[in-house]
Amino acid sequence: MKRWRRDLLLIALLLAAALTLFLLPRPSAAGAAVLVLQDGEEIGRYPLSEDRTVSIGEEAYNLLTIKNGAAAVTEANCGDHTCVRTGWIDRTGEQIICLPHRLMIKVVGGGSSDWDAVAW
Amino acid sequence: MKGRLVARYGLLTALAMVLSYIETLIPLSFAVPGVKLGLANLTVIFALYRLGPKPAAALSLLRVALVSFTFGNAYSFWYSLAGAVLSFLIMALLRRQDWFGELGVSVAGGVCHNIGQIAVAAIVLRSTAAAYYLPVLLLSGVLTGMAVGAAAAVLIRRIPPFER
Repeated sequence: MKRWRRDLLLIALLLAAALTLFLLPRPSAAGAAVLVLQDGEEIGRYPLSEDRTVSIGEEAYNLLTIKNGAAAVTEANCGDHTCVRTGWIDRTGEQIICLPHRLMIKVVGGGSSDWDAVAW
Repeated sequence: MKGRLVARYGLLTALAMVLSYIETLIPLSFAVPGVKLGLANLTVIFALYRLGPKPAAALSLLRVALVSFTFGNAYSFWYSLAGAVLSFLIMALLRRQDWFGELGVSVAGGVCHNIGQIAVAAIVLRSTAAAYYLPVLLLSGVLTGMAVGAAAAVLIRRIPPFER
């Protein structure tokens, strides 16, 4: 019954591989960008692949930081700082909202949202 | 003699189709597309052990074609085909090398089926985002492969030998 042991070994190895892959940082959808909207109008669009900081507004101020393929609002002078606390976003469809400044930042492009359309 | 072979393969093909249909009634892919029980693999593994690799290959390909044309669409045909071919090649190799029992063969087959599907999805979508589902599909391949392999092991031993 040595084959039984090898079977179990194979199963254990595959489970370990699945777990490892699961714990690895997931790459963001290729080509994804962040779209910045104020009052529903697009005021900027930046690829997630390039690190940069963008300062949005002057009196109503938000600092958008793009780093390592993810975007976050790292500074803001809005009252509640919900946008800052949202943290980093990198998946298509994720968004950061700053209501006081009527600002919305969302991740667009990339493949993952296309998946809903795929029939298996 | 020939009539017996036709009947035998027909029976297994029909069984594979029925199992594939039953599978569509059990929706497992609520979170991740492509998660399936892989029940039809039961017949392929059975054929691999009891009839040999060639009949098993024929059964696997016939099943994919028939099931896709009946229940699926153009996309699902290519996904299933890629999954079935990769899965079958690995299972046939492992069976011949005799490294693993039915359980190991089935688990390897289940995982490879999913890997084949992801590869086609990556090509179709021109996106590596498909790899995002790899861990979940690996896990589901192992779990369903264990269930199917355990069942196959019992069937291979219990079903009386075919007459020559």
